[in-house]
Amino acid sequence: MSEPIVKLEQVSFSYPAVEGRPHTALKDVTLEVEEGSFVAVLGHNGCGKSTLAKHMNAILLPLGGKVWVAGMDTADESRWLDVHRTVGMVFQNPDNQIVANVVEEDVAFAPENLGVPSPEIRRRVDEALEIVGMSKYARHAPHRLSGGQKQRVAIAGVIAMQPRCIVMDEPTAMLDPVGREEVLKTIRRLNREQHTTVVLITHHMDEAAMADRLVVMDHGEVIADGTPRTVFQKVELLRSVGLTVPDTVELLYELRQAGLDLPLDALSVEECAQAICGCLRSN
Amino acid sequence: MLKDITLGQFFPGTSLVHRLDPRTKLLCVVLYIAALFTAAGWVSYAVVFALLAVAVGISRIGVKALLRGMKPVVVILVFTGALNLFYTQTGTELVHLGFLHITTGGLERAFFMVTRILMLISGTFLLTYTTSPIALTDGLEHLLGPLKLLKVPVHDLAMMMSIALRFIPTLIEETDKIMSAQKARGADFEGGSLLDKARAMVPLMVPLFVSAFRRADELATAMECRCYHGGEGRTRLKQLRFQAADWAVLALFVALLALIVVLKLRFRV
Amino acid sequence: MEPILETKKLCCTYSVGTPFEHRALIDVDFRAYPGEYLGIIGHTGSGKSTLIQHLNALLKPSSGQVLLHGEDIWANAKATRMARFKVGLVFQYPEYQLFEETVYKDIAFGPKNMRLDAREIDRRVHEAAYFAGLTDDQLQKSPFELSGGQKRRVAIAGVIAMGPEVLILDEPTAGLDPVGRESILRNIRQFHDAKNATIIIVSHSMEDMARVADRIVVMNDARIPLQGTPREVFSHAEELRAMGLSVPQITQIFHRLRALGLGVDESVYTLKEAKEALLALKRRD
Repeated sequence: MSEPIVKLEQVSFSYPAVEGRPHTALKDVTLEVEEGSFVAVLGHNGCGKSTLAKHMNAILLPLGGKVWVAGMDTADESRWLDVHRTVGMVFQNPDNQIVANVVEEDVAFAPENLGVPSPEIRRRVDEALEIVGMSKYARHAPHRLSGGQKQRVAIAGVIAMQPRCIVMDEPTAMLDPVGREEVLKTIRRLNREQHTTVVLITHHMDEAAMADRLVVMDHGEVIADGTPRTVFQKVELLRSVGLTVPDTVELLYELRQAGLDLPLDALSVEECAQAICGCLRSN
Repeated sequence: MLKDITLGQFFPGTSLVHRLDPRTKLLCVVLYIAALFTAAGWVSYAVVFALLAVAVGISRIGVKALLRGMKPVVVILVFTGALNLFYTQTGTELVHLGFLHITTGGLERAFFMVTRILMLISGTFLLTYTTSPIALTDGLEHLLGPLKLLKVPVHDLAMMMSIALRFIPTLIEETDKIMSAQKARGADFEGGSLLDKARAMVPLMVPLFVSAFRRADELATAMECRCYHGGEGRTRLKQLRFQAADWAVLALFVALLALIVVLKLRFRV
Repeated sequence: MEPILETKKLCCTYSVGTPFEHRALIDVDFRAYPGEYLGIIGHTGSGKSTLIQHLNALLKPSSGQVLLHGEDIWANAKATRMARFKVGLVFQYPEYQLFEETVYKDIAFGPKNMRLDAREIDRRVHEAAYFAGLTDDQLQKSPFELSGGQKRRVAIAGVIAMGPEVLILDEPTAGLDPVGRESILRNIRQFHDAKNATIIIVSHSMEDMARVADRIVVMNDARIPLQGTPREVFSHAEELRAMGLSVPQITQIFHRLRALGLGVDESVYTLKEAKEALLALKRRD
């Protein structure tokens, strides 16, 4: 098997104390992200998932343990530029990551910083805008766009850097359902068609359900790791750390508690309806 | 409303004026201002005005849009006009109102001063209306490039300026939002004495600053993530390149300044 | 029953005479009744934010009326001021409006603007903090020391402290995780029950709406095309989808079940109902 794109070895981190004791954000986290995979990291607010994200491209450095990005130690300052270029990052608030006041100029920002020649920047900008479906808006001012459009511009800005992995830190938290759907579609396309590794930090169950692999965090520790199907079956565990499961699984779980013979791994509405129908018909 | 502010506004277009290199436009504005301040009489003003009129015509910006931008300077115009009108006492007296004397000299001077300010503002507005802020800062960075030798951080200044321009609409929107929220809690931003008004600003300014700092922090991280490491080794999406039109326009403006200087020194008109 | 708050032919047009002219509300007749728990739903740009800002006189109608207890809130300056106080409005992401040194002072800002006496202010601050789920020792802290969720509670308390008869909240659960969401909604429910206040919640989340609202008003393209009990509204799944909205997942499952030939009621929208309906079906077999 090839080398993982991001590898965390017993990483711990705590924020400096504001008042009293320091706040521990990560405890001995060991995690490998395979190249080309789609990993969702799920957890409630303050569980350490954002801190984890920031370790994946050297924005934060581990206090204990090691983080390797494509074989580079993130503690090595001389490699930071390469680390940033390898693992791109999209944040929650699209307003605060758009630098320029013309869409295409903003998308060009990273390649410009990397000293890419102009014709190549042009090509990358056009391609990135195409991938996120924002080509029409190349000459627009970002502040006149909707939240979902702005976030897609921000994603294009990272794509234009041609990273091997993109870490998204709650990219849909500030969006309405339409904007959320646009962004999620873009993320899926990025992974399926462009084969970019995606790490999606979220607290939405339905977003987590899209991923190939689901990592659940609580109090700075990884408490579950597997496919969404297997992880969502641990209904009690998820509830105990303040998470809910999708309504589909919740309904199946409740019916099982009442004695019906139902599987817990039917995530979509269709699967769930089929499962219930099959169970009721079998009698 | 705050949303009506036109500062730094850019009207995209494809006219010759829009297409000129920003460096050309910046230099032309400098030459234009020099000509305006050299102009000594009716003829010179007419020449400079004709050039401005042609430029505005070509740009298709529209006189209305230009005039709308003048609103904030009306007070200055009136003040300048009045001052020159009443304090210049040359030529024949036209009106006598108590201690106020209006003379032909005063009238002429007031007219020239007001026209000069109007033309100065129109010219610079034409620049910002037809040049995207990015192109403008880019042009400035290039023109000021030689200052780098004197250790002036030209690139950093240009980057700061373009980010500031980018965030003006965002912060205006935010100010509107916080104002509404505090009004919903019974805050009054209009009434009361000057002290009351200043005090009423606290619930607006504190959240605005807190938010601006948060934004700055997040933006800095996002820029770092996108490999920003200062101006060194940076390339640009759009390379600035002088076209034939740029040289022609620039030559025209140099000629304009020369003409105005000659008119002033030789003919005093 | 007489509505506590209502609009008559309310219209609002932004940026009149510019290329950005935009009609945000067109002939909107909206009604909220005393003690009601009302949900307003609609996608971004449907006009719902504009509507709620008219309800407490932050925006003045282009035409039409806003009536509080049957009186026009723009009839005179006093009526307008009363509308600001009696109709409390909590904006989206209200945590960014905090500014005082302590949580206590921030909550007291509204009551102070109402020129209440010190004892009454103190009583209201404590009561509002209780309803918003804040503890007494948090009152003396700086709001900037608190977590995002707690800051939001402070902002909500700041509006509750004004003693509104109608409390409007724009996306009160935006950005919160499931536990935070549940807990804020529970606090709002407590306030509603204790004071018999009218609550108006604006949300994108059909799931949240299904759980809390007695009645739902749907906004689309500056109008109200649909309103009624959640059951009535959710029965228009197709129309909702055309407006960029969806019905709760549970309702979707029941629609599928029916399509698959099970004799279930399509209007089911809560988990509890769903469970009971399916178990009943099972027993019948």
